[in-house]
Amino acid sequence: MTTTVARDTHVAARATDVWKVYGTGEAQVVALRGVSAEFERGRFTAIMGPSGSGKSTLMHCLAGLDSVTRGQVAIGDTVVTGLGDSGLTKLRRDKVGFIFQQFNLLPTLSAMENILLPLSIAGRKPDKAWFDTVIATVGLGDRLGHRPSQLSGGQQQRVACARALVARPEVVFADEPTGNLDSRSGAEVLAFLRRSVREYGQTIVMVTHDPVAASYADRVVFLADGSIVSELFEPTPESVLDTMKRLDVLSGEAGV
Amino acid sequence: MLRATLKSLLARKLRLVLSGLAVVLGVMFVSGAFVLTDTLGRSFDQVFSTAYSQTDVGVAAKPKVDVDEFEGEEAAAPFPTSTVDKVAAVPGVAKATGFVSTDGARLIGDNGKAVTSFGPPQLGESWNPDDGLTELREGRGPTADNEIAINVTLADAAKVAVGDKVGVLTREPRQDFTIVGIFGYSGDRDSLGGVQQVEFTPPVAQKLMLGETGVWNGITVKAASGVSHDQLRDDIAAQLGDGYEVKTGQQLADEASGALKQGLSFFNNILLGFAGVALFVGIFLILNTFSIIVAQRTRELALMRAVGASRKQMIGSVLIEAVVIGLVASVLGLGAGVGVGALLAFVFGSVGGGLEMASVGVPAAAVISSFAVGLLVTVVAAVLPALRASRIPPVAAMQDVATPDRPLTKITVAGAVVGAAGGALLALGLSGNAGDSTLWTILGGVLVTFIGVALLTPLVSKPVVSLLGRIFSWSVPGKLGRLNSGRNPRRTAITAAALMVGIALVTGVTVLLGSAKSSITKLAEDTINADLVISGAQSGPRPPSFDPVVLDEVKAIPGVRAATGTYGDLGEVNGDREYLTAVSDIAALKDVYRAEPSAGDIGTIGPDQMLVDSKTASDMGLSVGSRLTVQLSRGDAQTYTLSGIYKESDLYGGFVLPVQATKDFAIPQPTQGYIQLDPGTTASQVEPQVDRLLADSPEVSVADRSKFIEQQTSGFDQILTMIQILLALAILIAVLGIVNTLALSVLERTRELGLLRAIGLRRAQTMRMITVEAVVISMFGAILGIVVGTGLGAAVVRALKDDGITELVLPWSQMGLAVVLAAIVGVVAAILPAIRAARLNVLGAIAHE
Ligand SMILES: Nc1ncnc2c1ncn2[C@@H]1O[C@H](COP(=O)(O)OP(=O)(O)O)[C@@H](O)[C@H]1O
Ligand SMILES: [Mg+2]
Repeated sequence: MTTTVARDTHVAARATDVWKVYGTGEAQVVALRGVSAEFERGRFTAIMGPSGSGKSTLMHCLAGLDSVTRGQVAIGDTVVTGLGDSGLTKLRRDKVGFIFQQFNLLPTLSAMENILLPLSIAGRKPDKAWFDTVIATVGLGDRLGHRPSQLSGGQQQRVACARALVARPEVVFADEPTGNLDSRSGAEVLAFLRRSVREYGQTIVMVTHDPVAASYADRVVFLADGSIVSELFEPTPESVLDTMKRLDVLSGEAGV
Repeated sequence: MLRATLKSLLARKLRLVLSGLAVVLGVMFVSGAFVLTDTLGRSFDQVFSTAYSQTDVGVAAKPKVDVDEFEGEEAAAPFPTSTVDKVAAVPGVAKATGFVSTDGARLIGDNGKAVTSFGPPQLGESWNPDDGLTELREGRGPTADNEIAINVTLADAAKVAVGDKVGVLTREPRQDFTIVGIFGYSGDRDSLGGVQQVEFTPPVAQKLMLGETGVWNGITVKAASGVSHDQLRDDIAAQLGDGYEVKTGQQLADEASGALKQGLSFFNNILLGFAGVALFVGIFLILNTFSIIVAQRTRELALMRAVGASRKQMIGSVLIEAVVIGLVASVLGLGAGVGVGALLAFVFGSVGGGLEMASVGVPAAAVISSFAVGLLVTVVAAVLPALRASRIPPVAAMQDVATPDRPLTKITVAGAVVGAAGGALLALGLSGNAGDSTLWTILGGVLVTFIGVALLTPLVSKPVVSLLGRIFSWSVPGKLGRLNSGRNPRRTAITAAALMVGIALVTGVTVLLGSAKSSITKLAEDTINADLVISGAQSGPRPPSFDPVVLDEVKAIPGVRAATGTYGDLGEVNGDREYLTAVSDIAALKDVYRAEPSAGDIGTIGPDQMLVDSKTASDMGLSVGSRLTVQLSRGDAQTYTLSGIYKESDLYGGFVLPVQATKDFAIPQPTQGYIQLDPGTTASQVEPQVDRLLADSPEVSVADRSKFIEQQTSGFDQILTMIQILLALAILIAVLGIVNTLALSVLERTRELGLLRAIGLRRAQTMRMITVEAVVISMFGAILGIVVGTGLGAAVVRALKDDGITELVLPWSQMGLAVVLAAIVGVVAAILPAIRAARLNVLGAIAHE
């Protein structure tokens, strides 16, 4: 069954029965328990769940930053599971973009240089039209020559988004990209991400625990205790919150 | 607090090992020097107490001229047999034996070359089998005039055996003898400190070693039982009066050993000098390590302040770390020093011809100085970082601030002031106005200049590093590496400054020695007007010499216009010690040296006339006709009349005596010969013939002029190589510094490296990035070192202009080599940190704080 699905061209990233176990013996933590999920091309998907539910772990496994204990992960038609370091580096360079919660930029480079970094590392020239589009979308104007330390948090995060987008990766993974920002800067970053999906067909998978942030996505996947427990399309902050409350009650009942 | 300090210390083992290593190396040199001196010193004691074990009281005539250890050897003063009889008649003397024993008996080994010795004397002696020390191992003692016995050390060195016929060089030219015996010493000893001994029958020993028969140069006295040695010594001295030195065996042993130990202290000082350089460079390394550690722990330290730690406690916590590192490094350095000292003592002993080693000793001075130096250096280096730690505000714990770039104004001003002070000290020392403390003033000036330059380095580093980095900017990793190396100018500067010190010293010394060599070569080329020169390489205190008959034979070769030999002796002129020269053919020498007369006649010299140069003449207030009293190594003082004054020359000594005076020289043979050819005759035609004539004078050889000059200046190259090897240590420490700085930077930038890897930087690219950073830093250090070293070297060369160093030679190729080497050093230094950076777990780097 996996082989047939793997050929599906509208899937950008896929997890198949992924287990992730940290540590051994007493200290063993099962972070993911048989997660299977598909992330469609050109869609903005949010992964939600309470703290410690395994969101970051799932994202790391999907992006090839961490190995899975069992199961399989694929990005596009590349099977990530089992790739060596050079394969993973190539994957990260060519197919995946990253946005982290903090420490996203190199302090020694200007904003512009930071944006172009993945391309320079790969030794590729930016697609001029796309590059201009991205730069215009970031909306930094004349501050592109500045160092990160001279930019606000929101501006820095937008630079990080632009950097993730400029190489046109298969998927952009974002781990709580607005976690460190005030709500206005956060909204700017999220709007930027949504535009890149709506207007340019970029695929984005975003981890968050903020219902408002999740409502910018096309689809929300809910994680609890290492398993996918629910799913929501065309979310609004209210519907996300409702689902979370419902899940809380459920897990509360389960706990009794 | 202490616990927290020690815990964090243990958590950062590697860094501390690296920074401690510099101290270990420095301390190793310090303690090694002491262990070496102590071990060799006690070995000398042992040898001489054995050598004088059978001597209750020793008698010798006072030397005619006192000679210091470093000036050459004292000539033996002969006395007649009647003196021995006089001593034998002193009450309390059981037995008085006259003997001949002086340096200068060179056996010609089975390869046709004279056996050399690097230090221990080559004694020619009168055979005395009953001295209680000598023990025949093979054969018998010499009974006929053409027989000798030799000791085991010499037999081994010359590879000869009983029955062999060998030549021996003495005051006289080569004479041939048959070896009839080989001997060692009582108590199963084969060697006595590497001394070589040739035993002749007494008359032969007297003739060859002292120049006349019927004389001795020493008396061994056995005291009658119950007679105190001190008393007996005083009685004999009273009997002999002035002109004799009478000492107990104990005194003689102590003095002989003391003289050698004094020679050792010179060697000791050299080792300590290099220890100083190593430790000085080590300070930079430790300073940098602590600064980085403090910077990295800003949050942690701020938290401590926030929860109530005082400033004093912060300073204390950093200093305690320094003390612990200093202690550990001192212990390790002391241990390594004992090993190195023992090894050096062993090498020293075996090169010197088989000195029997006393057990390796660790004197208290070694332990005390090791700990003092190790602790002092580490603590001094940690003071600045400690102060910085104490200034971290508690709020830093709550902020995510990267320490902002502090302005470089203060440090630059300080650097300018210190550098100027160093330059002034240097100028004072070089001007020659510092008197007795000239050497210290110059050394201090160099040291202070280094510190000044180090302080200025951060300012310089910005433009230079960015310029250097452009070479590598064509690739992304290269560009990132360049940016990283310019990121923290202070850190880059200190790391580079450590390398600067070593390279500056090497460059400075190379400039100085290269200039000196070139100046002397030029002078020699301008001055020496001889087609062929006879000379030999000196290995011990005694210069090689040759049979003067050779000069007459050379003159007889067709095509030879003139041949003259020069003799040298250390004597006294009007009571002052001076080097004196004698010449076999003064007219020829005048031509060889193109000497110009400034008064009188310098083309002839009568048996009681002498010449001086114009400088000596004006210093001593002499004019033609002045009378001078000259005491040579042997014989009585004699008065000479000044018959000519020649213009001062840097190559040629101040006093010239007639050849007749050489019978009273310590070495009555020429040490150099100059041959001039007729026009149309080439050196290569005559050289082989001269070579054949020198067959019986194997210590010297003949060479054409340019080869001779090259031989004479080859010593510079040897000294240079030795200094370079020792200074390589300073450079090695600097390399450790680069490794350390990089390793710490990699650690500091863990998240950044993780980010780069996450967005696709390959492992190889990561390594290249780190490597470029290292290469840029080390090339910066090298260039800085070359500039500073050239400046220092050129300053010294200029100051010595009046002393004959007229040429300034800049070693361009060596400088280029230094930069290339520095680049390689950078690559090597980057290996470990780069591997570490490449191995970084991407997730671990970015996912967790
Ligand atoms: N490196 C790790 N070692 C051990 N346990 C881990 C590690 N990383 C995450 N975990 C555990 O796995 C679970 C899921 O963590 P994570 O994916 O970070 O949760 P989330 O991002 O949803 O807050 C948690 O219980 C966490 O403690
Ligand atoms: Mg998380």
